[in-house]
Order: sequence, then structure tokens, then C-alpha cells
Amino acid sequence: MLAGGYPLVYLDSANTSQKPQVVIDTMVDHLERHNANVARAMHQLGAEASEAFESARDKVAAFIKAPSRDEVIFTKNASEALNLVANTLAWATGDLAIGAGDEVVITEMEHHSNIVPWQLLTERKGATLRWFGLTDDGHLDLSNIDELVNERTKVVSLTWVSNMLGTVNPVAEIARRAHEVGAIVVVDASQAAPQLPVDVVAAGADLLAFTGHKVVGPTGIGVLWGRREVLDQLPPFLGGGEMIETVRMERSTYAGIPHKFEAGTPPIVEAVGLGAAVDYLSAVGMEAIHAHEQAVTGYALEGLATVPGLTVLGPLDPTQRGGAISFELDGVHPHDIAQVLDSRGIAVRAGHHCAKPAHARFGVQSSTRMSSYLYTTPAEIDALVEGLEYTRSYFKVG
Amino acid sequence: MTNQDLDALYQEIILDHYKHPHHKGLREPFEAEVHHVNPTCGDEVTLRVHLDGDVVSDVSYDSVGCSISQASASVMTDLVIGRKVDEALAIHEEFLTLMQGRGSVEPDEDVLEDGIAFAGVAKFPARVKCALLSWMAWKDATAQVMEESH
Repeated sequence: MLAGGYPLVYLDSANTSQKPQVVIDTMVDHLERHNANVARAMHQLGAEASEAFESARDKVAAFIKAPSRDEVIFTKNASEALNLVANTLAWATGDLAIGAGDEVVITEMEHHSNIVPWQLLTERKGATLRWFGLTDDGHLDLSNIDELVNERTKVVSLTWVSNMLGTVNPVAEIARRAHEVGAIVVVDASQAAPQLPVDVVAAGADLLAFTGHKVVGPTGIGVLWGRREVLDQLPPFLGGGEMIETVRMERSTYAGIPHKFEAGTPPIVEAVGLGAAVDYLSAVGMEAIHAHEQAVTGYALEGLATVPGLTVLGPLDPTQRGGAISFELDGVHPHDIAQVLDSRGIAVRAGHHCAKPAHARFGVQSSTRMSSYLYTTPAEIDALVEGLEYTRSYFKVG
Repeated sequence: MTNQDLDALYQEIILDHYKHPHHKGLREPFEAEVHHVNPTCGDEVTLRVHLDGDVVSDVSYDSVGCSISQASASVMTDLVIGRKVDEALAIHEEFLTLMQGRGSVEPDEDVLEDGIAFAGVAKFPARVKCALLSWMAWKDATAQVMEESH
């Protein structure tokens, strides 16, 4: 119950998901009974903590069908995972080195965290940043793919599912073209991992990032998966404890993956919580979660279509999109919509959703976004639609 | 939040200014133009200041944003246009104090006129920045003109 006596209608899961009890309990149990540092404590608790932390890596590897558990690197979040890739590429030598004349390709529907790291990389290395444009119905414009992804392309980095438009992108198809020209493929799976069955190999990714808190896990933990050959070629990111093999005053040698990229004490209980989270999702079944997402999204699209003056940004076919639905309502600013909905216990997001270029593409400055998840019910969608009708009457539009 | 709080936030005066903003549009002449953005939500204002001696002769603006930010710009121009710069800056201070008071400051209608309608906004920390966007832009532009004239 929220202030005003309304039950919570949480439609902001693309922002962060709510947590099942098993995730909370697992984290509390770890802190109460197994807390110690990992990989460096030579005592029973240390062994338990290391076991819990490393078994979380096994669970994540299984969740994304990684060929090897060592290819799973724990980071702080998806942004850090993407920045790890862009930064280590800036320092890379050999095949992965990026220099003047090289190109990095992204898309116009990226979250800022899959735009800015590549801007920084290309600016620093004198390389060129290019991007796929969008069609009017919110898909990637692939008509110029053979020109855009060419022999100068070193990296293609794209989101699997748009956090604003909801669009599911044909990642494997784009990866095929990228690999033809020898580019590596980085996939931002922040919105995909929560709602689609993920198979990193089938997706055609060389590197893939997602964050824990959107897959019913805690904040403070993210994942970078990478093909061993690529991760082995990348230089270390942060230097410090745990990422070394041996240290002398003159120079050091580095640990193998995954520890090479995990300097310092990692987010231990957060990783343990993430392990419980992906186990929970797997037990429910990602196919079932995906089917539920499509059903709720379809129901929401139907409901939103009944609100006069409401325009959905992005694909209208629920089979081609994820559960984030951004929309505009004639005559009412997204901030004001979110405020009125909040007064009725309905939580949505208003603003640019960290996707300013995608908003600019559709000529809007900001939008309102509802996003569902496995716990969302049709009754909550009904509450949203009623809330939007109330918002229209409150602002005396129509 | 209750409906009462919502009504306190969206006073009729605010909705009137939102639907029929005063002094909107960019005009000549002007001595300074600034562009301010609220990075969290993307609300934007481009604002020009024209000073005639020590009098705020005109403030013109173009903006996109929510009802609070739009109404606030409209009320602000009503309050500062035609005033001496130091008087207008005093009103700015008064409005800032109201906005940062978390709902504990009693607004002075003699000074703030329609601006008192924003008293309810001060209880919504997320919306205070909306109400202050154009005021901050005006202060910035005015400071630029003053600097240049010295």
C-alpha cells in the first residue's frame, strides 16, 4: 500500500525489477552465515564465500549458455561491462587494435551507456563512429548494412532489445555481416536477458553485457561475457588484487580470465544474489517468461490504443518487441503523466530513458514508459489505462 | 501522495500559465542568450535577456517541458520584466527560498504574486528542478549581461 491507500502498480521493470523472496533470503543467509572475502581467505568461511561466489558464476554461465564459466566476468553493472570493453579495446594491440581510419558501428536506439563509451573510444583513437538509423516504425534500418559494416569496421555494438522502443533487433543477422568483415560484435543484453532465452553463441556475440538488477537480482552486479579468444587478447582493465599472477616492483604478469578483469574485492553478496536470481528465472523458465511478457505487452498495447490522443513509439506488434512501451499523450507532458499516475499508486518512468538520440529520431523530447515483467498482471494494465484516462480529465484534454 | 497533494501541486494558476504562457517566444533585441537543460528529464529552455540600463526591459524564451517548468517560466517573466535588476534578483531569491523550503516556507504574495502557486511544488523534490529551470536561466543570462557591461 502506498500513500493515498492505493496498491502499488509497478510498471517500471525496465528501469529495475522487483526481487523475489528467494533472492533476498539468499543474500541475507550469505551475509549471516558465509561472509568472508573470496579467493584470499584460508579459512572455512573464506572457502564458503569463494564457493558461493564462484557457483554464482556457474549459474550465470548456464543462464546465458556460455561455453565456459571462465568467460563470465562480474562487473558493477552493464555500463561498466561496456566501458570495460571500450577501454580495453583502446589499449589493445594486434588484431583488436583500433586506430585512425577504423570504424565502430552502433545504432540510433542505443542506451547512452552503449553510445558514450564508443564516442570516447573513437575520439581517443581517431577512429570514426557510425550508426544504423531507424525506420519510422521503430526498427533498425538495415538497408545500408553492407556499406555501413565494411572492411574498416572493427566493432559493431548494439542493443538486443531497445529500452525505449521495445524493438527486438536481429542480432544474429547483423553479427553474421560483422563477422564477414572481421569485426567483433558487442551485444547490450540489458533488456534482453530479463525476458528472452539467451544463448550467447547462437546470438553471434563476441562480447555481451547485462546487469543484475533487471533480472530480479540486486544492484551493484553486472555481467560481461566474452569469447575466450577475444578476452585473452584484451589487456587488463583495472589493476589490483586478484587480477595478477605475480607482481614485482618492475612489472607484473596477469591472471587468466575471468580474474584478469576482476581487480579488487568483488561484489560478493551481490553475485550470490544474482546467482539466486538467474536460478529463479530458469526455474520459472525463460520461455514461459517470454510468453508472459508477450501476452502482457499485447494486452497493454490493446489497452493503450483505447486512450484518445495516445501514440506508442516503436513497433505495435507484440511478437516483435519487448515489454517496454514508451508513449506520448497529446496535451500532457510525460512528467505530469507520471506524477498523476503516481498519485494513484502507478509507477512508470518519464523522461528520455537515457536514450536521447532515439527520442530525437522520433521528434520527441521525452516520453512516458510502462514496462512489465513476469509478475505483471492484466489488472495492473487496466489500472494504467484507467489512470491515463484520469490524467486526461485532470489536465482537461479532449 | 493523495489527491489533495496532487491538487496542491497542480494549482489552477499553474495550469492556466501552462496552457496560456506569457511572454513566450524569442524576441530582439537582447544582450545575452542562454540554453539550460534539466539533464534528468531533458526539459530545455532557450532564454534571452534585454536590459535597458538597470531595468529588465524584456525576457523572451522558447522552451519544452512539463507543466511546472512551462508555467514557472511564464510566471517568472511576469515578475521580472519591467523591474530593476536588483529588485528582480531579490524576487529570484525569494522564489528560490520557497522552492528549497520543502514546503515549510510561507510564500509572500506581495512579492511572488502568481509565484505563490508553486508552494506545493516544494513538497515534491523531483519537481523543484522543473520549477527552477527558467529562473536559473534568467539569472545566468542577466549575470552575463551585467558582466559584459562592466
